[in-house]
Amino acid sequence: MSCHDLRRNYGKLVAVNGVSFDIRPAETYGLLGPNGAGKTTVISIIAGVLQADAGQVTVAGRPITPRAIGAKAAIGYVPQELALYPDLTGRENLRFFAKLYGLRSSETKRRVDEVLGIIGLSERAGQLVSTYSGGMKRRLNIAAGLLHRPNLLILDEPTVGVDPQSRNAILGNIETLAREGMAVLYTTHYMEEAQRLCDRVGVLDEGKLIAEGTVRELTAMVGEQDRVRLTVAAEPQELARRLNASDLGHSAAVDGNEITLLVKDAPTALPAILDLAGQTVRSVIVEEPDLEAVFLHLTGKSLRD
Amino acid sequence: MKTILLIAGKDLRQRLRDRSAYLQAIVLPLALAFIYNLIFGSAATPRPFEYAVADLDRGLVSQAFTNQVLPSIEQDGYIKIRLVGTREEAASLAKEGTVDAAFVVQQGFPSTAGIDIVASPDSPTGVEVARSIARSFVSELNAVQLAVAATKPGDATQDELVQRALATASPLLVRDISAQEKILSLQTYFAAGMAVFFLFFTVQYGVSSILDERNLGTLVRLLAAPIPARTILAGKLATSFLLGLISMALLVVATSLLMGAEWGDPAGVALLIICGILAATGVTAVVASLARTPESAGSWQAVTAVVLGLLGGAFFPISQVGGIMSTLSLLTPHAWFLRGLSDMAGGASALAVLPSAAALLAFAAATIGIAVIRLSKVLQP
Ligand SMILES: Nc1ncnc2c1ncn2[C@@H]1O[C@H](COP(=O)(O)OP(=O)(O)OP(=O)(O)O)[C@@H](O)[C@H]1O
Ligand SMILES: [Mg+2]
Repeated sequence: MSCHDLRRNYGKLVAVNGVSFDIRPAETYGLLGPNGAGKTTVISIIAGVLQADAGQVTVAGRPITPRAIGAKAAIGYVPQELALYPDLTGRENLRFFAKLYGLRSSETKRRVDEVLGIIGLSERAGQLVSTYSGGMKRRLNIAAGLLHRPNLLILDEPTVGVDPQSRNAILGNIETLAREGMAVLYTTHYMEEAQRLCDRVGVLDEGKLIAEGTVRELTAMVGEQDRVRLTVAAEPQELARRLNASDLGHSAAVDGNEITLLVKDAPTALPAILDLAGQTVRSVIVEEPDLEAVFLHLTGKSLRD
Repeated sequence: MKTILLIAGKDLRQRLRDRSAYLQAIVLPLALAFIYNLIFGSAATPRPFEYAVADLDRGLVSQAFTNQVLPSIEQDGYIKIRLVGTREEAASLAKEGTVDAAFVVQQGFPSTAGIDIVASPDSPTGVEVARSIARSFVSELNAVQLAVAATKPGDATQDELVQRALATASPLLVRDISAQEKILSLQTYFAAGMAVFFLFFTVQYGVSSILDERNLGTLVRLLAAPIPARTILAGKLATSFLLGLISMALLVVATSLLMGAEWGDPAGVALLIICGILAATGVTAVVASLARTPESAGSWQAVTAVVLGLLGGAFFPISQVGGIMSTLSLLTPHAWFLRGLSDMAGGASALAVLPSAAALLAFAAATIGIAVIRLSKVLQP
């Protein structure tokens, strides 16, 4: 997949403002950004569901637009919102979507069973989707995009509102598919997911791709600094001031009675920090650099709302 | 084509899983047609009037009245007669209401005496009909007498008079009431009216489900699939059409079997129904294309269905009221549908529906055209 200089406005609002990136075969690419960054808009254009104001998309060498009927068969699209018929059974839903992508009857049956197995819903397949739990619906939602073995699977925040167990299962499924050679475009505002799944990550903010690279490359941008979180019993402001004044770390910020401090190498600096803080420290958490920090570094904003 | 049927098949499966669909498409129209028929059907086809007849003259002319004229009307099913021997007997039957009226042909009829009508207090209409019968017989008789007198001065024999009278006398008045042609039986009218009225509800599901699918999020999947947007639209129109076809077919069969409705020549009925469904699909599709949400689409479609139904005579035969209303009613598919059926009534061939079918097709073409243009925008974000 390759997209070049995508743009899209909603009225006066500029939702996507010149986005370009590529995904190689069998690569998992994460589009990371806060709410309203434009992830869904970018992805809808790539899936051929939304008309771009400008820019081009090609998938498997063929241009994608809403009218490019044939080329769309190479894409599997899992929308952000659940897109299922609640008054049909799980199996009926999948069968319908499989046939929509032109699968033959015999192939449809085999493939539906196979995919139901992958997402672990074989036993409930005969029941109406309206009786499913949220996590089951999410898994079925993903399954519907897999049926025709697309070259490129596009998933828009597939784990929103899912319990940790189902989320784990979903991430596992995606990892398996990627290992089997499917290219995956994945959006999320959970940086842990991007960190776990993605070969490369693009950071999207206000309709622009502000950074791109492997997780390692991106974290290197913030200078490989660890974060130390101290919870203290009293006077966090005073301690933060003293920490900033010392050469142990910098950028100490206070949130309630928690202090976050950026440190070059936490294990060596920690004894001195605790020494300085004295008796008031209640707990210490050390975080290695992650995409959250990258985002903070690049935009001065938090990924989460 | 395969994809159109795939989408329509999916929609039908969803719709047929909904119990309220049956209620709306089959049960309600049948029930209402039944109720209408019970209320108005019985009043409109009254029992025949019953008359006592006493012939006190027993002459040739009076016997012509009692033995030939009255029995011939009786044979047509409009009256029943009961011959009695005396004036008293006839009068008491009428007064106690056993019969609607009594004819007493007095001795000396027609030269020196006439026919008395004894009225029953309970049956003003029956009495009026009896009077009319007697009056028209007498006036025919006078006319014949005059004619005979003119052609043959002198005295016409009674025998001659009777022969002439029999040759010309006909209970014209009674004939007139029954002689209107090209009108549907009430059962058929109610059955067809309710069927076409609810058709405009039944077909809503197909096109409105585009809006439902947009809300549900599944429309995005349809748009992402390798199928043209117009196939989606065609699938939805096909859904409406098939739903209409299923419900109309069931209603035609059910009302024929259960209510004795006579829809007419099957080929003509089929043609009218197909054109009617297309028109209904088009009208509801235009309304849906103007709405933003499925809910507002539903309410506007209901308003449209009721207004067009009332105006089009689905509830009462507005086209027979005449004047501006009957002209206005021609702006509704309902009126054309019902007109097509009544053009076929009384055994006319299926060809009689062609003008109405053409009008319905024109409705369909115009409305479906508008709807397709408007809905294409919904499908092309
Ligand atoms: N149909 C629309 N009409 C008007 N504005 C829209 C529409 N869809 C999206 N937007 C706006 O475009 C911007 C980008 O939206 P988009 O859905 O692409 O963000 P996102 O990154 O997917 O956010 P989220 O994480 O919440 O899903 C937002 O400001 C949103 O309000
Ligand atoms: Mg989104």
